[in-house]
Amino acid sequence: MSLSDIHLAVALLLLSTMSIGLIRVAIGPTPSDRLMAAQLLGTSGIGLLLVLITVIRVPALIDVALVFSLLAAVAIVAFTRRRVEEDT
Amino acid sequence: MTPLSWLAIACILAGVFFFIAGTVGLMRLPDRLSRLHALTKADNVGLGLLVLGLLLEGPGLLNGIKLVLIWLFVLAASATGAHLIAKRALRGDGEDDR
Repeated sequence: MSLSDIHLAVALLLLSTMSIGLIRVAIGPTPSDRLMAAQLLGTSGIGLLLVLITVIRVPALIDVALVFSLLAAVAIVAFTRRRVEEDT
Repeated sequence: MTPLSWLAIACILAGVFFFIAGTVGLMRLPDRLSRLHALTKADNVGLGLLVLGLLLEGPGLLNGIKLVLIWLFVLAASATGAHLIAKRALRGDGEDDR
């Protein structure tokens, strides 16, 4: 069992937690819950990209993960700046 | 395999455990603020242990710096986001009460 096998198993585990987290995005019940689930999805995606580097041998994925982590704050800040009365 | 790579694998598996715990908390906990609590643990500790495990595998200096930077950015985003969501929920000025 080599290192990339273990990384592949870790990547599959992370993918399954991501897909379970999608249920929370679907059922809500509040928009905050959906956003929190999406944030967990983003973080798991970053972890997934980092372990996939050794599995599929694409070292540039670390830069993709870097961009993901930079953009992670933007969605939450944009969501929380929104107010109900501004939507009319 | 060397002891260092065993330690790296242990760190990665511990990180995955925190991600699983965060997902279970997100699904099972009863209200919004406790779900927020479960989520930030998964973000910070889970990704931190994952990055630590990958660092122990010896990816070179530049990749190591990038890994640590990724973790720091996620830390900043998750802490800021948790405070913003919690403040919005407590103030009740979002659309959550409809």
